[in-house]
Amino acid sequence: MTKHRSQAELVRQSLKKRYRKEKRFRAYGMLAIAIALAALLTLFSDIVGKGYSGFMKTSLNLEVSLDPQVMYLDDATDKKQLRMADFVEPLVQALMKEIPGATEADRDAVRRLINPYASTDLQEALTANPQWLGTTREMSFLAHTDVDVYVKHAGDKAYSIKLSPQQREWVDQLQAKGVVDVSFNDVFFKGGDSRDPSRAGIWGAVVGSLLTMFVTLVLSFPIGVAAAIYLEEFAPQNKLTDFIEVNINNLAAVPSIIFGLLGLAVFINLFGMPRSVPVVGGLVLTLMTLPTIIISSRAAIKSVPPSIREAAAGIGASKMQVVLHHVLPLALPGMLTGSIIGMAQALGETAPLLLIGMVAFIVDVPDGFFDSATVLPVQVFLWAGSPELAFIERASAAIMVLLSFLIGMNALAIWLRKRLERRW
Amino acid sequence: MNSIPANVAEKTLHDENEQQIPVAESPHSDADIVEGKTVGTPFADNAKFKLRDVEVFYGETRAIKNVSLDIASNEVIAFIGPSGCGKSTFLRCLNRMNDSIDICRVKGTLELDGQDIYDPRQDVVELRARVGMVFQKPNPFPKSIYDNVAYGPRIHGLANRKSDLDDIVESSLRKAGLWDEVKDRLDSTATGMSGGQQQRLCIARAIAVSPEVVLMDEPCSALDPIATAKVEELIAELSESYTIVIVTHSMQQAARVSHRTAYFHLGHLVEVNDTNTVFTSPEHQMTESYITGRFG
Repeated sequence: MTKHRSQAELVRQSLKKRYRKEKRFRAYGMLAIAIALAALLTLFSDIVGKGYSGFMKTSLNLEVSLDPQVMYLDDATDKKQLRMADFVEPLVQALMKEIPGATEADRDAVRRLINPYASTDLQEALTANPQWLGTTREMSFLAHTDVDVYVKHAGDKAYSIKLSPQQREWVDQLQAKGVVDVSFNDVFFKGGDSRDPSRAGIWGAVVGSLLTMFVTLVLSFPIGVAAAIYLEEFAPQNKLTDFIEVNINNLAAVPSIIFGLLGLAVFINLFGMPRSVPVVGGLVLTLMTLPTIIISSRAAIKSVPPSIREAAAGIGASKMQVVLHHVLPLALPGMLTGSIIGMAQALGETAPLLLIGMVAFIVDVPDGFFDSATVLPVQVFLWAGSPELAFIERASAAIMVLLSFLIGMNALAIWLRKRLERRW
Repeated sequence: MNSIPANVAEKTLHDENEQQIPVAESPHSDADIVEGKTVGTPFADNAKFKLRDVEVFYGETRAIKNVSLDIASNEVIAFIGPSGCGKSTFLRCLNRMNDSIDICRVKGTLELDGQDIYDPRQDVVELRARVGMVFQKPNPFPKSIYDNVAYGPRIHGLANRKSDLDDIVESSLRKAGLWDEVKDRLDSTATGMSGGQQQRLCIARAIAVSPEVVLMDEPCSALDPIATAKVEELIAELSESYTIVIVTHSMQQAARVSHRTAYFHLGHLVEVNDTNTVFTSPEHQMTESYITGRFG
């Protein structure tokens, strides 16, 4: 009886120890998650804090009098005259009117509040509507980038050094009158890159990314899945297969810049494909994504219970039918998840694209797969490297766009997996 | 896929172990067994399967040793024997399910209706359409009940019209004694059924392609006694139209459902006799020891 009791006592003691261990382990886990969450939160708050102003633009609402005398333009349909005409002067005059204290001597200082591209916008507007010549119109133009950052970061000295004290005073007055106005930055989502931060947009990079991703998806998913099915279901178990397997795993670990070098050597130098185009970018990213897709697809195929294969084979399904009718549908959710994660990786990839020339300064939104383009992460890289403060906030804004794409893709992966799993 | 299935691997492992250390509790040593010599009545006149000198190797391990046996038309033959004796391996040779195991080699003559089933010209798909199989664990496809039964007829092109397919599904489910339970939910998923229902669905799926032989590998080992009773009843009914080969661990089950019983031991076919004879007056002492529960 005593022996029995002591044994129970021992168990109780060891139990206490076990529970303590379990608690400690749980605490470690929670700590790890807390650290990860804190890091993520810091990253997000930093990017959002820096980038939210990138989604806003500063514009000047001016009453522009389109006087033929001032503009040296009698006929707004004459292309030659349009080219020679002065589109800056009407803007400067309109702005001068809004600043009562400004004298003739301040002309240059006033002109520097207007975006250098505003005259081009005016020219385009007049070309489209020649009947406007001789009228006075209420129009909105981009403010100069220096004004833009000053208005958006009022109170932060670092952003106001480009303007003279007098200019700052004018801007404050104009803002009070409603001439200077901060609104949603549609330019950012419409245009391509530009030397002027106020005119720079990510649409070119977004389209470039979409084209590149399309090429990557179309090539890497079928090839990856086919390779995985072959290796898993059909390949004989021999030295060659082992060799291929080891090398696929090695490829997954190769630094991505190596794939860029390979792309440069093979696609551009050997095959003579053009530089900076989405097709080459897609090919390079395909090489990079393939191992990921093959490995995850093989894991998905492996996880299909052998009993299903036996059941199908037992009824007399051929190898191909077993794979297509039973293994593939069951493995598809896993394959899709792996592929989307691989694609998300490719979407965020910069290094290999630098080497095939997708880092070029490209103003136009690409029209097709063989048009020069850049991609979102490269755009971030370019802007983050610019000295202008206004580009820093645009880089952060571009990161937010990129992150939302990535989050969207991962959400899609989860949704697809849930949906397809429910079907089975 | 290219490795040995866990159950088979385990069995070969058992084999090796048992070869190294002769079964201690056994009152008779293995010397009582003469290789290639089977007591009783291994041969039949109306043989469906004619199996001669069959040997199966997993790599270097000889899992089946020189077994000769006839399986008659429309009989129910039960394979019994201790774990790892090779009865499942032998069963899987009959529709070449062992093909998918790379290291497995089959030697000897295996004829179905006089036709060598290991002939390179023999199409394995065609063979499996004639020799269906029911597995140890119910393994319905994760599809609807209807699609499970209709899968075989569909891939073999047995039904051209939807109505023909409906008929096949209904008659197969009726034969499997499942029709009344599932006729109102043919579209619901098969994995939601109970274990017994799933196994009967697997039987319905196997007989939907009208095979000549149905192989059953411990079909009741994962079922409760009530479901087992239903499946046994079903086997008795099916024996009117099919040849059935059943591997079982339950000697009562073998006694209840089979006409003949074959006793395997360490890859040898020790004895084949009428089920009655095997369970009342076995000819071989090993058989007697096994069925009286002295080892195994």
